[in-house]
Amino acid sequence: MLVTLLLVLLGGGLLCLALDRFRPEAARLVSLLTLVVAALILASLAPLGPASAGPGNAWLAYVQMPWIPRFGISIELGLDGLSFLLLVLTLALGFIAVSASWTEISFRPGLFQANLLWTLAGVVGVFLALDLFLFFVFWEIMLVPMYLLIAVWGHEARAHAAYKFFIFTQVSGLLMLLAILVLAWTARTTGQALSFSYFDLLGQAPTGQLGMAIMLGFFIAFAVKLPAFGVHTWLPDAHTQAPTAGSVLLAGILLKTGAYGLIRFVLPLFPESSLAFAPIALGLGVAGILYGAVLAFAQDDFKRLVAYSSVSHMGFVLLGLYAFNALAQRGAVVQLVAHGISTAALFMMAGALQQRLHTRDMRKMGGLWQQAPRMGACALFFAMASLGLPGLGNFVAEFMVLAGLFAEHPITAALAALGLVTAAIYSLSLIQRAFQGPDNDQAKIDDFGPRELTTMAVMAAALLWLGLYPQPVLDLARIAPPLSLSGLSP
Amino acid sequence: MNALWLVPLLPLISAVILILGSAWLGRRAVAVLGVGSVGLAALLTARVVTAFLGSGEASTQVLWTWMAVGDFSVQVAAWFDGLTAVMMSVITGVGFLIHLYSARFMAEDDSYARYFAYLNLFVAAMLVLVMADNLLLLYLGWEGVGACSYLLVGFWYKDVANGAAARKAFIVTRVGDTAMALGLFLILAELGTLNIQSVLQLAPGHWATGDTMVVLATVLLLGGAVGKSAQLPLHTWLPDAMAGPTPVSALIHAATMVTAGVYLIARTHGLFLLAPTTLEIIAWLGVLTALLAACSALVQTDIKRILAWSTISQIGYMFLALGVGAFGAAIFHLVTHAFFKALLFLAAGAVIYCLHHEHNIFRMGGLRSRMPVTFVSFLLGASALAAIPFTSGFYSKDVILLAAWQHDPLLFVAGLCGAALTAFYSFRLLFVAFFGPAQQEPDRTIGWVMAVPLGLLCVGALAGGALTLPLTDVFPPAIGVVNHTIEYIAITVTLAAVGLAAWRYLRQRPDPASGGLREFWFAGWRVDALYELLWVRPYCWLAKRTQGEPVDHLYNGIVALARANHRTLSALQTGQLRWYATGMVFGLVVLLAVLMRAAL
Repeated sequence: MLVTLLLVLLGGGLLCLALDRFRPEAARLVSLLTLVVAALILASLAPLGPASAGPGNAWLAYVQMPWIPRFGISIELGLDGLSFLLLVLTLALGFIAVSASWTEISFRPGLFQANLLWTLAGVVGVFLALDLFLFFVFWEIMLVPMYLLIAVWGHEARAHAAYKFFIFTQVSGLLMLLAILVLAWTARTTGQALSFSYFDLLGQAPTGQLGMAIMLGFFIAFAVKLPAFGVHTWLPDAHTQAPTAGSVLLAGILLKTGAYGLIRFVLPLFPESSLAFAPIALGLGVAGILYGAVLAFAQDDFKRLVAYSSVSHMGFVLLGLYAFNALAQRGAVVQLVAHGISTAALFMMAGALQQRLHTRDMRKMGGLWQQAPRMGACALFFAMASLGLPGLGNFVAEFMVLAGLFAEHPITAALAALGLVTAAIYSLSLIQRAFQGPDNDQAKIDDFGPRELTTMAVMAAALLWLGLYPQPVLDLARIAPPLSLSGLSP
Repeated sequence: MNALWLVPLLPLISAVILILGSAWLGRRAVAVLGVGSVGLAALLTARVVTAFLGSGEASTQVLWTWMAVGDFSVQVAAWFDGLTAVMMSVITGVGFLIHLYSARFMAEDDSYARYFAYLNLFVAAMLVLVMADNLLLLYLGWEGVGACSYLLVGFWYKDVANGAAARKAFIVTRVGDTAMALGLFLILAELGTLNIQSVLQLAPGHWATGDTMVVLATVLLLGGAVGKSAQLPLHTWLPDAMAGPTPVSALIHAATMVTAGVYLIARTHGLFLLAPTTLEIIAWLGVLTALLAACSALVQTDIKRILAWSTISQIGYMFLALGVGAFGAAIFHLVTHAFFKALLFLAAGAVIYCLHHEHNIFRMGGLRSRMPVTFVSFLLGASALAAIPFTSGFYSKDVILLAAWQHDPLLFVAGLCGAALTAFYSFRLLFVAFFGPAQQEPDRTIGWVMAVPLGLLCVGALAGGALTLPLTDVFPPAIGVVNHTIEYIAITVTLAAVGLAAWRYLRQRPDPASGGLREFWFAGWRVDALYELLWVRPYCWLAKRTQGEPVDHLYNGIVALARANHRTLSALQTGQLRWYATGMVFGLVVLLAVLMRAAL
């Protein structure tokens, strides 16, 4: 089933590409259909049964077939609660991205949809791969079509942004490849045959300086994607220049692959080095939260503001993962989902505004509420989510992260909590500058139509659900213990 | 699920319908839904409270588990005891009257549905705040009312100043909320639960009286309380919050939301009793706020700003009561204040409504005969605020002053000074606006929809002192001996201050604020200017400096280095043979030199 899921997405992309020549508008439908099929496949793997049994704690599906046996590389895919959760998010935001590109993309829509689906395929692969070499392959697969999405369909400075995105990801990706190779090699000398399997490598990582060096190879790759403070500068450019669907995928899912990598690989494979590294990671998290928030407030570009808010929000993820506290770690996973939805919604808002006003500059907006109250209400809702209003998903995440972190490092948590204030500053400034103030005579805009409103409503409902009843997500948000392959469907 | 949860659910459902259906609902439907839902909630509350008074049993109502990870678990659950009963009655009762009043006050506004949606949402959030059985759900209501306050202060969003006031209100209170969140984390880390009753049970066993941790936890909770209740040093947002519609000021910024801090401390009084230091801080913060704010109220000219400063000052009295351990007295004053301050705001709203949005009291005057209903309302409201004997405010303030006397005579003296100031500014407002020569003629009447709430609140402001609140099971007994001397002193001082106001403002109408001290007080002791200098400007400066992404300099540097290398190296690629030959010879020489050195 897992292989089928990947093949469906890749094949759907090929079909879109083929249609690009003669029936470009049909490609959107094919894309949508592909996602429906993928969603059905995923649904068939859904963890059903009583939540108390902890379905997230076991492998829902697992497959292994040889690929390059000589080097111990195999096609090894596994689905546990965490992967399932992130796959749901991936496909859901896939629908959102298709919806966002429905009228926005007129240049070669077939090719666009193909790249969209291939990006999704790469992401799905990343969330499923249990062979480290295979993981690296998927890591690269999601990079190339994303690069094209920005470079071909992006805005005015797309070339530079796409280039920067590619270089950052590629350089850090190579560090990870090196780390993977060294890890497999050192593990072999203690064991016997070379293997890239996650399960074989668990507990085999060298300690001391070598272990730290390998861990850093992984960490840097994931920190770039997350992004952590210091290696985040590709993000504002890429998010701002990407077409709406691209921004949705970037912020909503691609950033999550970095966090996923930390949860799945760095922390379990290198427990000692990670613990030793935790103070630095926590420092990067706090710096990201505050720095991102200040810069978000400083921006005039709507999308850039949202992009920097992502830097700020993902700082909480880093804190949650490196607090070494169950509550905080679960909160970090909730943050992945909540941030994915709220940011995707804000990027859609930015895209909708740009489509109508042909600008993202908030100095040219203002007073739009009068003409577009539905847009205003949606923007307000998601700005409130972004500033962590209780009752919405982001609050649950930030509360759990900070509460967990406080139990371990109170001072760090207190510093990070300042992010609650700074988030209010930039979120409310966004609403003020875009929608409030005197009537805007220059801009004549149409309010949201049914398609946009439905998309927004679905995302709003998801955030409310996550904010008021996050328990199903909390139960899923655990990684399964190694090789406890009980309850597998054959 | 019994009727209890229906109380917040009704306004919530109404708010959702109003938001989703704002395009289709007519004005009449909006009013019926908006006012009716809160009215129904008030009736239900009356039923629930009556049943409670019959049995006197506190109870818990669990809806569902909100989040649970390992040992950590929080439920969406209500705790109903005497304090909850009092708070719910005030919120739905006063809330209903203000909703009814709004139906006419806002009748000509374009965004009628949006107004009632926000107001209903506020009532729902406020009810959740007082019903929550754990601190996290309380925090949900706490931030929820903050968000509604933001929405309603900035309701007339076309004016940039209103937006600024709304953001200020939200951000300043968020500072307090963040402290409160840290307090929650600390309590959770120490006691392992956020359930209020469990916390109150566990705390005395876990902490000795005066333990650093419990002092820290209570100080952090106090941070949240001073933010929400506009006490020093986070009081600066409330006067600006008057930018919202006047009924909003009555409901949110006088009767209910701003007293949430008092409720929080009263609700968790068991913790505060373990931290005498914090209680001492609360008492002094309260009395200081009461004094400073009263001074500012003394010199304002905007009718709503006078009332806003007065609210800050009166909540100061509630904090004083909390600080000296008279929790019941604080809640009593909260209730009477809700009556008379809502009354004053609604009466002020009636004046503003009838005088083309006039706010300056020195451009009013002579309204006594032109707006008799409003005048009587204002007279009763001001009397209760000034604590004239036999009004509700007299009884509640008297208990506080008595408790202050028994705790520390110095606090009593300060409180007494505040009482004198209060009486003076209340009657200054009354005399300037309603007596003397007329300046403007009212151009419309308030109608029964606005008059009925005024009338009912008049009854509350007058007779509210006769209420016996069912709080004996909630708080430890505080008041010892009744001391009539204290009472007489307070009455004398109050009446003297009223006489002074009459002497000064009934004979003539002195100029409004001018002169150094007056301007200083007028500007709220220039705390705003101080914060502008301390926080706002540095933050904006930092934002401006970092706007262009300083971290990118590093990567741009790397790029520049690579480019420079590339340029240097490609400059060598000239295509001229003699350059290549020279290079080869030079290279050979260097190589030979190195080799020879190695050989030697």
